Amino acid sequence: MLLETIAKIIAERTDCDPAEVKPESTFVELGIDSLDTVELLMSLEDELGMEIELDQKVETVGELIAFIEKKQQA
Amino acid sequence: MLNGKTAVVTGGSRGIGKAIVLKLASLGADVAVLCAGRLDAAEAVCAECVERCGVKAKAYCCDVSDFEKAKQTVLAIKAEFGTVHILVNNAGITRDGLAAMMKEEDFDAVLDTNLKGAFNMIRHCVGMLIRNRSGCIINITSVAGLTGNAGQCNYAASKAGLIGLTKSIAKELAPRGIRCNAVAPGFIDTEMTESQTDNPLLAAIPLGRMGTTEEVAEAVAYLAEASYVTGEVLRVDGGIAM
Repeated sequence: MLLETIAKIIAERTDCDPAEVKPESTFVELGIDSLDTVELLMSLEDELGMEIELDQKVETVGELIAFIEKKQQA
Repeated sequence: MLNGKTAVVTGGSRGIGKAIVLKLASLGADVAVLCAGRLDAAEAVCAECVERCGVKAKAYCCDVSDFEKAKQTVLAIKAEFGTVHILVNNAGITRDGLAAMMKEEDFDAVLDTNLKGAFNMIRHCVGMLIRNRSGCIINITSVAGLTGNAGQCNYAASKAGLIGLTKSIAKELAPRGIRCNAVAPGFIDTEMTESQTDNPLLAAIPLGRMGTTEEVAEAVAYLAEASYVTGEVLRVDGGIAM
């Protein structure tokens, strides 16, 4: 469900097919630079209604999902 | 004009900060005024903005050197004003003394407020600016940061650091349409420069006088609207650092 939300936001930004966004996809492959990642997180904060403070580097969609899941459990 | 824009000014209760708040309000900006100590003074500045300019203005007590406190204050500003368009990092302190005799705490306190304080505010405001894909950050540095000043190694180091911060932020955020500039005042007639009145450098000011807080505020207002200027350090110093 987190993957779908992230895929939707990335697809809107890069005009790709949401199905192309997989956990193993790197943001670089998806055409998302580090500043885009910051914006992506802010959009996610709106969608999920939670505060996400990214204090580590994430390179793949899967790493981002794991990071958010950890925050959700905290 | 800055109608509909929200400006955050740190150290806005007196001196240069107060003049910046009043100037931005006179151009139509809503203002969030931060001060570390005298909230009543910041509230008086806000009252003047409301009365004279009809803008929204609110005072916040915040020691910007405190990362968490800065965060809470920015969240409160976001809740009150919706977003931030202009951030002016003006808060600064001095703890003058010769390096040979300076206490560690005096060095740290000046770096913490003047340099880290600016970073803290940028860190917490930048998300809103990125989201808006526009905005402007103005850091108030000093000619001391450009030329150095005997007896102010901590202050000069913090102000030189602000210039590095300004240029790095300008480069990082330019792709998002966000500008970051600095204003470097020279000797400005404020409480902070009372200790400098017998500084021999005063006689060396080409324009022959100290500057006013309003003259610094004019430069901030210019940079707030200078849509093709970023990474710049604008001296407002009567020519002393030429």
